[in-house]
Amino acid sequence: MAVRESKHRVRDISVRMLRDGRGEPLLFLHGAGGLPSWLPFFEKLAARHELLIPEHPGFGKSDNPPWVRNIGDLAMYYLDFLDELGAAKVHLIGHSLGGWAAAELAVRNTDRLASLTLLAPAGIRVKGIPCGDNFIWGTEEGERNLLHDPSLADAMLARTLTEEEADIELTNRFMAAKFGWEPRWFNPSLERWLHRIKVPTLVIWGEQDQLFPSAYAKVWKERVPNARVEIFSQCGHRPHIEQLDVTARTVLDFIDGGR
Amino acid sequence: MKFTFFHLMPYRPLDMVERHKHRAGWVVLPNALYDPKKGAEEYASYIDQLVYAEELGFDIIAVNEHHQTAYGMMPAPNLIASALIQRTKRVKIAILGRALPLVNNPINIAEEFAMLDNLSKGRIITGFVRGIGNEYHATGINPYFSHERYQEAHDLIVAAWTRPGPFTFEGEHYNFRYVNLWPRPYQQPHPPVWIPSMGSSETIKWAAAPERKYPFLVTFSGRELVARYLNLYREQARQYGYEAAADQLGWASPIYVADTDERAREEARAGIETLFNDFLVVPWEMLMPPGYTSLASMKNTMKMRKSLGSKTRHSFEELLESGTVLVGSPRTVREQIERQRDATGANNLVAMLQFGVLPDELTRRNMDMFAAEVMPHLR
Repeated sequence: MAVRESKHRVRDISVRMLRDGRGEPLLFLHGAGGLPSWLPFFEKLAARHELLIPEHPGFGKSDNPPWVRNIGDLAMYYLDFLDELGAAKVHLIGHSLGGWAAAELAVRNTDRLASLTLLAPAGIRVKGIPCGDNFIWGTEEGERNLLHDPSLADAMLARTLTEEEADIELTNRFMAAKFGWEPRWFNPSLERWLHRIKVPTLVIWGEQDQLFPSAYAKVWKERVPNARVEIFSQCGHRPHIEQLDVTARTVLDFIDGGR
Repeated sequence: MKFTFFHLMPYRPLDMVERHKHRAGWVVLPNALYDPKKGAEEYASYIDQLVYAEELGFDIIAVNEHHQTAYGMMPAPNLIASALIQRTKRVKIAILGRALPLVNNPINIAEEFAMLDNLSKGRIITGFVRGIGNEYHATGINPYFSHERYQEAHDLIVAAWTRPGPFTFEGEHYNFRYVNLWPRPYQQPHPPVWIPSMGSSETIKWAAAPERKYPFLVTFSGRELVARYLNLYREQARQYGYEAAADQLGWASPIYVADTDERAREEARAGIETLFNDFLVVPWEMLMPPGYTSLASMKNTMKMRKSLGSKTRHSFEELLESGTVLVGSPRTVREQIERQRDATGANNLVAMLQFGVLPDELTRRNMDMFAAEVMPHLR
């Protein structure tokens, strides 16, 4: 099957969505950089599952309803999204900002979750270990700080954006600030409610993550009952890109019962 | 014309070599580079200069607010305004301005301005700004909500000044069960509100609205931009169905006068270059945090920046050429001001006669000559 892009409507708003594959549904919530292109990671997931990747409200070409004002609104939106999807259960995966939204959703309600996978999630603070300041980083500095392998950063920096891509990048940057500027990338209440996440949970982190240090993984392990934590070396903030094979294998084994 | 003597109060003893080891003279510049002994002397000199401006016949003396920077040492400009009230008699004192979105309780701003207005028996002019982008890094306030917070804080402050209290304020960002200002402002219905701005069309439209008619000041821009924005304001006023008064329009510029053009340029150069290239300049990410302007404005700014190239240093000649700074003999400077006045109908000139590392002695000479040989001809 080939990846399809469609408009997906939930209540009064419409978002862009990529989907491919067959099987148990798997919902991927993207990070603050926005809806990624169809990555090799997604190929691997879609080979065994129906993979849905919506573009968050406010990002890129999705509608930007005025009521999306904070991470809680985004989590509630995805609860509506799951209700309307009609599937009994989905496997939920979130990266960075998307991981934060997934965790906020899960502390509210896990009825429709078969499992939860968090890739370098935002959402908590660890005192004494501040997150990187992605809002002050310049373009090149940002790419280099998010990726451990300089050649990957070189490749990202060598891209020339079309005007439309540049507009989308700017729109996404606005939304990143809306959700993550203050308090910086965390919700003070979230950590206290993580015990409510009672579905199987996998937390993956890059050892060299310069945005959210991998030391944060310890707190997720302590707070989420029975969470499994995997930290991959030679890896920055995007394990699904930088450690593609091991990340995809770990996620699929976990989802498909190899827990 | 009306003349304002404006001060930023830069920290002149800054070690410029150390300064350029950091990404900006703001927010991340280590405060170990601030020496309180030297800083205290700076405050004393600058307050003396502001007081002296009254003696020289300026209509208004003005201060402003910036945070965590060597560019300006007034995170709390009302403290300086309060000192100025005690040392002056008739001159108006403008705070240009307080950055409204940066506070979590705008009633504090309403209260402080009301106090200053009472202390000065109505000599206060207030200014409402959003703060430079850098300020959102310095305070942690979310730039995405900057416009919303500004509008709401403005509505709250003006209501606090004018509506009989106690009343309840119900906003998106600000909610207060009791708004009941003690003291109320001295001037009725409230002190004048000026809007200094780099000139966004949203701000112009808002400031010119008939229920506000707030005087608009274009800050630190080339002569063409100043003219464009002031004429935009006039045009906007016409669309609202009225003619903008000359007092509603003004611009702010660093100015230096000496006997001859040549001497003026020589004496002003270091001050101007340090102002723009050492104190003011910051990387794009600090200046324009996401959401600080509308998406459309940000796209325009980025396009402009792309076509101009993202250069970080401005040469003195180029600033002179564009009319961003006015430097020369009294006649040269007078003519430039006249030209701009005639092109825009603006009646307010906000003159920054100390800038960058310009020393006290040259500042005084500049002030004396401006007051004696420029001001009287333009009255």
